[in-house]
Amino acid sequence: MSEILLAAQNVTKRFPGVLANDDVSIRLRPGRILALLGENGAGKSTLVNVLFGMYRPDSGQVVIKDETVELHGPDDAISRGIGMVHQHFQLVPPMRVVENIVLGEEPTKRGLVDLDEARNRVVELSERYGLEIDPDALVEDLPVGMQQRVEILKALYRNADVLILDEPTGVLTPQEADHLLGVLRELTETGLGIVFITHKLREVLAIADDIVVLRNGQVVGETTPSQTSESGLAEMMVGRSVVLQVEKSIADPGDVVLKVNELEVNDDRGQIALDGLNFEVRAGEILGVAGVEGNGQRELVEAITGLRHPSVGLMEIDGEELSSGSPRQITKKGVAHIPEDREKHGVVAVYSVAENSVLNRYHRRPFSIRGILRRDVIRGHARDVVDEFDVRTPSVSVPASSLSGGNKQKLIVGREFSDEIKLLIAAQPTRGIDIGAIEFIHRRILEQRDKGTAVLLVSAELDEILGLSDRIAVLYDGKIMDVIDAQDADREKIGLLMAGITD
Amino acid sequence: MSRSILRTVAIPLVAVVLGLLIGAVLILSQNASPSTAYTALVVGGLGDADAVLRTLQKATPLIFGGLAVAFAFKAGMFNIGGQGQLLIGAVFAAGVGFGIDNLPMVIHLPLALLVGAIAGAIWGGLAGTLKATTGAHEVIVTIMLNFVAGNLTDWLSANPWKDNSGNNIVARTPLVEDSATIPTLGAVPVGFLLAVAAAATCWLVLERTTYGFEVRSVGHNRNAARYSGIKVGWVMGSTMAVAGMLAALGGAVESLGVDGRFEAGVNVGLGFEGITIALLARANPLGVIPAALLVGLMEAGASRMQFKAGVAPELIDVIQALILFFVAAPIIIRWLLRMRHDTSEQLQLGAGWGKS
Repeated sequence: MSEILLAAQNVTKRFPGVLANDDVSIRLRPGRILALLGENGAGKSTLVNVLFGMYRPDSGQVVIKDETVELHGPDDAISRGIGMVHQHFQLVPPMRVVENIVLGEEPTKRGLVDLDEARNRVVELSERYGLEIDPDALVEDLPVGMQQRVEILKALYRNADVLILDEPTGVLTPQEADHLLGVLRELTETGLGIVFITHKLREVLAIADDIVVLRNGQVVGETTPSQTSESGLAEMMVGRSVVLQVEKSIADPGDVVLKVNELEVNDDRGQIALDGLNFEVRAGEILGVAGVEGNGQRELVEAITGLRHPSVGLMEIDGEELSSGSPRQITKKGVAHIPEDREKHGVVAVYSVAENSVLNRYHRRPFSIRGILRRDVIRGHARDVVDEFDVRTPSVSVPASSLSGGNKQKLIVGREFSDEIKLLIAAQPTRGIDIGAIEFIHRRILEQRDKGTAVLLVSAELDEILGLSDRIAVLYDGKIMDVIDAQDADREKIGLLMAGITD
Repeated sequence: MSRSILRTVAIPLVAVVLGLLIGAVLILSQNASPSTAYTALVVGGLGDADAVLRTLQKATPLIFGGLAVAFAFKAGMFNIGGQGQLLIGAVFAAGVGFGIDNLPMVIHLPLALLVGAIAGAIWGGLAGTLKATTGAHEVIVTIMLNFVAGNLTDWLSANPWKDNSGNNIVARTPLVEDSATIPTLGAVPVGFLLAVAAAATCWLVLERTTYGFEVRSVGHNRNAARYSGIKVGWVMGSTMAVAGMLAALGGAVESLGVDGRFEAGVNVGLGFEGITIALLARANPLGVIPAALLVGLMEAGASRMQFKAGVAPELIDVIQALILFFVAAPIIIRWLLRMRHDTSEQLQLGAGWGKS
């Protein structure tokens, strides 16, 4: 067996204006899990893209199984036993599991795809690695955790000796994430090596054998879980000591700003997603909505922001009935919305930072007058947002797609907070972004609360809910199980409610 | 900045050169001389005032047609209905042009253009409205409306609006009044100036107005557009109306400035060339002008090329098709130029492993 399964040796990769990897070296041995830790934009993705043959390094080498190789593309890497599970799954949703796994390397009989043989191989594979799955299920019917398993099987089917997982727990619930970590540990017992990219410190300490921390394209630390702690890792990542838990004062709730009464909302398929919700949010308080994803959170946020109309029930914002209001009417009432999917709703990727900074205000003064855009004013506004919200970007005229996730999110938050607001709807406000940005956004949300804004915080991260909320509503199967004061809340109590269990 | 312009222009430019090179090989295969043929082509399109006039006349409806596709494209819609919209514009402009007399030109000509434009806007807006309200795909609807427009204009020009002078048996309208005829300034038809003005206006609207911002937002990310409060359905409907209006203006200018009337069968296929122009211009309204001039030049010079070099005029269609092929397959040109991909494109390629 090889000494080194996969290594980068002094890899340097430059993009216009950015030194993405600066003399980076890592090595992965068989049966080990190497955690690659770093903030967004630290160079993790560039490094694994080099290892996977997607980018060619400007200098330095890639070593696979003790052999220096030159990769001409992902196909090259795959044929040498490197498997990659991307953050966004590369699956064909309307096709079956077995078809997805063999896609591109189908066993054939007389020129036709031999599905029976494919199924046998998939079943054999899933038994060998203990990755149970129904080969005939449609991928679109599977929960996210299972889809990820299909991705892993896809790599194993191609005889991967190395699995590279890019932020694999970003899309998972805490339970699914724990399960995945167990599966990965078992996989290493067969000699497989794993590169695990993440920014979640708890996971790194739980799973990694070796830890490499990247910052600004450079390796800033190599350590092991036994030698470090969460705060130690955070400090290495950010380059200064960070506060993992933002301090907050006691809330001083005022008048009711958002009132929801017997709200019933259907999902895209016309099924009931929210079943008679009642709650209120007052000025100057944060109501956290906890729950496993897919229990109606998305529909709730869309109903309040006008993107989806409730079938029954009333919704009052600042005393005005707006259950059939348009997004623009609702924004006009002083409602800001940090959408859960920033790529889908939050930004227009090809638009410049400046254009994105006025995405929902372009039609108002001072950004336009009588239908004509005032580009200087827009750019000036964007510069203010970029400065105040610490958006790292070379200029306001670069497209938003060139920003990292955390910086896009800060841009969205900056845009939404740049007006006087009465109600903030924050859906998964820190999903997939780095510690520095999380801390920053949490502070800004609390600042808004202290200024008297009513905040509805919807998050799948229990820590975020517990850390920020004044009251916590637990959503399960489209119903609110209970609303509890934050002082009386603990993980266990909420966890039970999230599973639909009441006493 | 100039670098980025160069990058944008590089692909269409190289596509044109490649198309002409392969065209030269085809000319050689007919035992003719490429240099004689291409010289005749250029002389036929630019050689004297008449040639320039011909080129500009050919380019005019191409500009309008290209804009009709490019504008809709900005909102993420594919307008295949240029042909039908052009016919509608042509017949209604001609209707006003011959049907009303004793009007001064300053009223009659703009009125004829306006009626043609409005008819085209309704025709195009129909497809957009159906898309917005029922989800009917604009490609299908506009293709079907092309047939409806074709038959409707045939019927109009063969029945109620038929030219009954002399022994006419052709399905055509009478000649339009002088007061509705678009004049020519030396070698420059006024219709061409209108087309250039339309292209500039399209660019301004798209890049500098809130409406253009809405159109582009819908085209780039419909969900984000909805999130930001844009009425997506209205934008789709109105964009198609604008597109229909542009194509119809092309038809109106043909009737009022080139043919002098509407005649069934004369403009067949002209509306479809807008797709070629828009692709060659990469959907940029200003790029539509040079793209249309190039194609207009080739069409204007084709007969001289046939006459002087003995090359079949269909060769021009082949060259156009080749140019289009290379524009649509830019990867070939990138490879030839050893052009580095943008990182964004590279990422897309990487992510193209399975579903996007």
